[in-house]
Amino acid sequence: MSELRELYQQVILDHNRKPRNFRRVARPTLRAEGHNPLCGDHVSVELSLEGEVIRDIGFQGSGCAISKASASMMTGRLQGRTVAEAEALFERFHRMLIQDSAESPAADLGKLAVFAGVREFPSRIKCATLPWHTAHAALAGHAEPVTTE
Amino acid sequence: MTWDVERVRKDFPILQLEVHGKPLVYLDSAATSQKPQVVLDALASYYTTANANVHRGVHLLSEKATAEYEGARARIQRFLGAARTEEIVFVRGTTEGINLVAQSYGRRSVGPGDEIVITALEHHSNIVPWQMLCEERDAMLKVVPIDDDGQIDLEAYRRLLGPRTRLVAIAHVANALGTILPVKRMIDLAHGRGVPVLVDGAQAVSHLRVDVRDLGCDFYVFSGHKLFGPTGIGVLYGKAELLEQMPPWQGGGDMIKVVTFARTTYSDPPYRFEAGTPHIAGAIGLGAAVDYVETLGRDRIAAYEDELLVYGTRALAAVDGLRLIGTAREKASVLSFVMEGVHAHDVGTILDREGIAVRTGHHCAMPVMERFGVPATTRASLALYNTRAEIDALVQGLRRVREIFE
Repeated sequence: MSELRELYQQVILDHNRKPRNFRRVARPTLRAEGHNPLCGDHVSVELSLEGEVIRDIGFQGSGCAISKASASMMTGRLQGRTVAEAEALFERFHRMLIQDSAESPAADLGKLAVFAGVREFPSRIKCATLPWHTAHAALAGHAEPVTTE
Repeated sequence: MTWDVERVRKDFPILQLEVHGKPLVYLDSAATSQKPQVVLDALASYYTTANANVHRGVHLLSEKATAEYEGARARIQRFLGAARTEEIVFVRGTTEGINLVAQSYGRRSVGPGDEIVITALEHHSNIVPWQMLCEERDAMLKVVPIDDDGQIDLEAYRRLLGPRTRLVAIAHVANALGTILPVKRMIDLAHGRGVPVLVDGAQAVSHLRVDVRDLGCDFYVFSGHKLFGPTGIGVLYGKAELLEQMPPWQGGGDMIKVVTFARTTYSDPPYRFEAGTPHIAGAIGLGAAVDYVETLGRDRIAAYEDELLVYGTRALAAVDGLRLIGTAREKASVLSFVMEGVHAHDVGTILDREGIAVRTGHHCAMPVMERFGVPATTRASLALYNTRAEIDALVQGLRRVREIFE
C-alpha cells in the first residue's frame, strides 16, 4: 500500500485532475507526437522557441495519471528554460527513474522528485518518460512520432 | 450437476501463488489461460520418455513421438468436429494460422478490385494480415459496423457481401468486448453468395462448444495457450478441398515428397503446411488440454462461466462511476470497463498490488476502442477456474482505486 501512495502522491493526483499547460501553444515553432503502444497513451507537445529559450510549452493528448501529471509538471518546469537546461533536466529525470531505489534522486530535480515512486513500478516508467521523450523529439526537430517501445 | 470450482482450481498449480503478498486473483485468461497439471505432465512426459523428431526416424523414440504428435491431431479433430485429421494443421497460434490463409489461400483468390469483409470487432491479428494482402493485391477491406452494445449490424453485413467479395474473416468471440458473433448466420449468408469464411476462434474455444461442420466454416483458427495448453502451438482447421488446392506457405523439410534442383513436389495437407520440425511437445500438450476440457465438459464450462458473467456484470454495475464497454446479449465471460476519471493503466497498477491480474489498454483492438471513444479499457476475463469470491475481490480492488483517486 505504501508503494501505491508513493506512486500516486497528492501532487501527481492533483496534476492529473487539473493538468497545467494542457492546451495548444500560440504559433508553436516546434511540435512532436509521442505514443506508448503498450497502453495507447498519446501525447503531443508544442513549443515556442525564442533563440535558445523556451518561451511557451503546452501539451495535449490522453493518458494515465502518471503520464498526464508528468506532462503537466514538465511543461511547468520548462517554461522559460534554455534548450540545454531542458535536456539536462530530462537526463536527470530519466536517471532518477532507472537508478537503484536506494539512491536518492538528484536534489535539483525539485518537485519532479515526486516521480521517484515510479521506480517500484517498472511497467510504468514509460508513462512518466513519454512526455519528456516527446519534448526531446520536438527540440531535436524530429518529424516522426516517438514511441516508448 | 454443480460445478466444483475448488476442485478445478487444484488442477492449476499456479493459482496457489501469492503476488505482492496477496493471493493471486487471475482475471486475464483472455490474454492467456493458466495450465492444468495434466498439461504440464504431458510436456514433461514427452521430453523425458519420447523426445525425438517426428516423421523421420525408424527408431522407437521417433515412432513414439510421431504417434503422440499425430494422436494429438486426432484429438483436436474430434474436439472441433472436423471430418478428417488431414484438415488439422498445426501452426504457432491464431496469428500464424490467419497469415497462412491470407498468404496461401488469399494471394491466389484475391485480385485487384476484390473485397475482403471483416468486422469492427476484430483483434489486430484478424485485420493486419488482410490489410497486407489487400495492399499487395490491390483489393479492398470492408468492415462490418457494430452498435453501441458491441453487436454486429447484420443488415450492414448482408449489404457488404457483394459480387467482389472473395473472403469473410470474422471473430467467433470478440477479444476486447466478449461479444459472441452470430457466426453461423454470417457463414450461411456468405455461402449463399459463394464466399468462404474464416473464423478466428482464439477467444471462443475455451468457452463454447465448437463444431466446425455444424458451423460450416471453411477455416477455423485458434491458439493453444488460450485453451489451457502451451504457448507456441495453435491450430488451423481448413476444409480438405480448400487445403488441397492451396500452395505451401513456408518451404522446408517435412512438407515435400521429392526434392530435386529442377523441381520439388509437395506433400499433401496437413504436412504441406508444416515445414520444419514442429512444436511436438506443444501439440502433445495441447492434446492433453483438449482432453482436460472434454473431461470437464464444454457445456458445463459454458454454463458455469455464464453464471460468473451474470454475477460479475451485476457486481460491477454497483461500482460508482464504472461503465461496462460491450453489453451484447450474447457474450462470453469478458468484463471490459472504464472508470470515470481514472485511466485503465492506473486501475491495472492498483489492482495488481491487490494481487489481481487484469489486462489494461487497447487489447490489440484499437478500432474497437475508437468506436467507443475510449483510449483504453480495463478487462477482467473469466475462466472455468475463477470464483465469485474473486469477482468480489475485484470489486474491493476497484473501491481501493476510488479511494486513491478521491
